[in-house]
Amino acid sequence: MNEISFDNNWEQLGKYPIVTEHDIVKIRQLVRHHAKEARMGIVEQTRITTAVSELFRNMFNYAEGGDVLIERGNIDGKNALIVTCIDQGPGIEDLELAMSDGYTSGMGMGYGLPGTKRLVDRFEIQSEKDKGTIVRVMKWR
Amino acid sequence: MNIDLHEKKIPIIKIRDFLIVSIQVDMHDKLAIQLQSQILEEIEKTGAKGVLIDISVLEMVDSFIGRMLSGMASMAAIMDAAVVIVGMQPSVAITLVELGLEMPGVDTALNMEKGIEMLEERLSNYNTL
Ligand SMILES: Nc1ncnc2c1ncn2[C@@H]1O[C@H](COP(=O)(O)OP(=O)(O)O)[C@@H](O)[C@H]1O
Ligand SMILES: [Mg+2]
Repeated sequence: MNEISFDNNWEQLGKYPIVTEHDIVKIRQLVRHHAKEARMGIVEQTRITTAVSELFRNMFNYAEGGDVLIERGNIDGKNALIVTCIDQGPGIEDLELAMSDGYTSGMGMGYGLPGTKRLVDRFEIQSEKDKGTIVRVMKWR
Repeated sequence: MNIDLHEKKIPIIKIRDFLIVSIQVDMHDKLAIQLQSQILEEIEKTGAKGVLIDISVLEMVDSFIGRMLSGMASMAAIMDAAVVIVGMQPSVAITLVELGLEMPGVDTALNMEKGIEMLEERLSNYNTL
């Protein structure tokens, strides 16, 4: 599996911790703001905002929170908004299972990860048991 | 206006047999859960037969809010009340479908007027049974 790289020359727009549920609301609104700035349409804005909301909630629910890195970069000639969620939680043992529609280990609906993948232009996930999880999503116009 | 996420309670208005709830803020989890129990209490207290929830200002519905809405619809159904979600933005509706969320038991209406018509129709069908 390809490692998610942090060695990119993307422009960092911010790095924020997700600790409380208020952070989920605040940071997803911030992501929408950046999507707007990137002149994405209303549907694209809604897709990326919903996607990151799912990822933030996963960090909050399963990993006692984590960090969010918001960046802007050139991906294959496209001006992309890139959001990376990094946590030091328990990790995901079976990624294939976690990525399947309807699977939840808790009380969720089990659409967060597979749904997020459908909502964005690029989706990368990397997880190691007892080490943590990194999910990176990208959206462009 | 100063919106304090910690303090703000969402008002519930009763008109005839219906409760009307207008969601005005991007809800965090506790507020969503609080709203759910508030509405159910109000149904019990007033014997309302229908609930209209206006989400026209909501810019996104994720699986948490989606689950809250459909959970509320099924609990309200047990109490003999129907729930109609009013004014969902098209971009929100599109995103919900892509996310994969079907909200079983949740009816939607374009606007308040259509929503009230829907509920009245239900009530009259119910009364003639
Ligand atoms: N950041 C994370 N750390 C640990 N486990 C996670 C994380 N994100 C997701 N998971 C696991 O993957 C499962 C599926 O996630 P998701 O598709 O969002 O559904 P849901 O959150 O509704 O359960 C979760 O139930 C959980 O077991
Ligand atoms: Mg989830």
